[in-house]
Amino acid sequence: MRIIRPRSGRVVEPSRLAARDALSEAVAGMLQRPGRSVLTALGTVLGVGTFVAILGLTATTSSRIDSRFNLLTATEVTVEDIAREQNEFAGPGFPADADARIQRLGGVRDAGVYWTVRLGPDVTVRAAPVGDGADGVPVDVVAASPGALRAAVPRLAQGRLYDEFASSKAQPVAVIGATVAARLGITTLETRPAVFIGDEPFVVAGIVDDVERRPDVLMSVSVPRTTAERMWGPPGAGEARMLVATETGAARQIADEAPVALRPDHPEYLKAVPPPDPRTLRAGVTGDLDQLFLLLAGICLVIGAVGIANTTLVAVLERTGEIGLRRALGARGRHITVQFLTESGALGAVGGLVGTAMGVCTVIGVALVRDWTPVVHPTVVVAAPVIGLATGVVAGLYPAWRASRIEPAEALRH
Amino acid sequence: MEFRGVGLTYPGPPPVHALRPCELSVDVGEFVAVVGPSGSGKSTFLNVAGLLDAPTEGTYLLDGIDTAALSDADRTALRGRRIGFVFQAFHLMPHRSATENVMLSMVYSAVPRAERRTRARDALRRVGLAHRFDALPGRLSGGERQRVAIARALAGRPSLLLCDEPTGNLDSGNADTVLALLGELHASGMTVVVITHDRDVAARAGRTVTIRDGILSEERAADAPGADAPGDGIPRADAPRDGTPQADAPRDGVHRPERDPA
Repeated sequence: MRIIRPRSGRVVEPSRLAARDALSEAVAGMLQRPGRSVLTALGTVLGVGTFVAILGLTATTSSRIDSRFNLLTATEVTVEDIAREQNEFAGPGFPADADARIQRLGGVRDAGVYWTVRLGPDVTVRAAPVGDGADGVPVDVVAASPGALRAAVPRLAQGRLYDEFASSKAQPVAVIGATVAARLGITTLETRPAVFIGDEPFVVAGIVDDVERRPDVLMSVSVPRTTAERMWGPPGAGEARMLVATETGAARQIADEAPVALRPDHPEYLKAVPPPDPRTLRAGVTGDLDQLFLLLAGICLVIGAVGIANTTLVAVLERTGEIGLRRALGARGRHITVQFLTESGALGAVGGLVGTAMGVCTVIGVALVRDWTPVVHPTVVVAAPVIGLATGVVAGLYPAWRASRIEPAEALRH
Repeated sequence: MEFRGVGLTYPGPPPVHALRPCELSVDVGEFVAVVGPSGSGKSTFLNVAGLLDAPTEGTYLLDGIDTAALSDADRTALRGRRIGFVFQAFHLMPHRSATENVMLSMVYSAVPRAERRTRARDALRRVGLAHRFDALPGRLSGGERQRVAIARALAGRPSLLLCDEPTGNLDSGNADTVLALLGELHASGMTVVVITHDRDVAARAGRTVTIRDGILSEERAADAPGADAPGDGIPRADAPRDGTPQADAPRDGVHRPERDPA
């Protein structure tokens, strides 16, 4: 008989396990015991779910801080009149030259006092004198010094803002919002239109069609502070406020200085509200609680991994006969390893996917209840199932190694 | 397949001679029964012949390939491609249909997926289970299960069908159909080696080899020893024990004493 010696080229075509076969064998292995597979994946579901939910909720609350905190708010200080709370006999908190006083502080761009004027119940704003047939429109009248208008960063559709001169002379001029102009039927300033507040005529100096701060400007008629005081008297207690637009980074310091600069005699009559400090906000978000929850998520994952490892190990022992059969059918040890690794990896990945879905649902649910915008970072959604997969694979390493070490001759005796 | 001084000794202490060095040659198309009581070394013979275990001495040629020189991976591949196993315990996957069970034998030998189902159905038709393609093993009788297992072994187109107590878990009726099937396969040219402790099974084979205490010896039909000159396939048992099995041989090819343990 001719003896074929190996090594002179391949005598036997080596055993193979196509990736698609490995996957379908793994899926079949999982579906053999669906109940057990579900329970096994539960640990990963919880771990990954907690992970996604925590990161999602953190991102959601952070985005709320981001929306509260941007460049505009960071350069904005509001000063409130709390004189009457401190002393019931005190007069208005803001002095008459408030704008000029605050303007002297370094870092102030524009600043001014404003309040909503209290008109009588039957006083309306019209484009024509009373009795001329024109209908009144219920519109707020705001007393605002020129600085308060400029601090709102308005964009004028037509005309201009009233200036310090108009203010110092208490002239009857007004700046109206585009919405108000439309309601009053004012389309052009060419005709030098006037608005009537009650019976008082005001020349329309400009129409504002957008602002960056104080959106109420768009919906109201703004008149100089002095004019308003002359006609309707000073503001009621606590009604006046001051808006200060500052240079970037100056807001907190100006907030400290403003009350003293405005009322050196009674700084306690005024309360300056600085923008929120981004550092303290961030610190609040990445607080201890978060880390605790992430730690819990990690523990869940470890428990999930131990669960998968345990179940896979039991499955390996149970399926010794199957392993023997596969070896007899030409499977190499590494094919057995691959099969069990794929199985545990698939379990982990499925758990990760379900967990991600549940985590995202949790974030959406919480956001819905709190009326927030749910924010989940895309990388979290992509990474979470991968973490599940990795957990499954790591958990399967030892059982799969054990499975590949089983001697086929031994295994077939089962 | 050919054993040349093949033996297997498990290293001690004390060393266990599971299979004493022996000579055996099975030609293509032969139907050979290997009989012996339990604990006689039958399993070791199965493991060595089935390439599940490498012999510690001698040369084992399968299809002319020297298996001793093969690497572990190559031996595994050779096992998957050239040997079809039939086990006493069937070893069917309980959650897979008959067809899927048969298809499993082609997963590791790179048979294209599309071809597997056709080949699996062909193999099932060959064992007479054309009506049971989609049945789960749990719904099959013992005989049908073993026929599925045989179909699985056949689907890989092996050059040797190695059966380990194929009727051990079957009642006599089912055992008969399975043995008849093995006979048919042999008749169609398949090389079949059956390992059994059952003399009735062995009686179906053309040749019977006895194994006892790890020693392989061949008995011949009463008229055989003279006629068939000792050429290939003459067992060489160890000298001191040589006489014992031979003495029983001439009767009718049945070893009465060996049935005792069963």
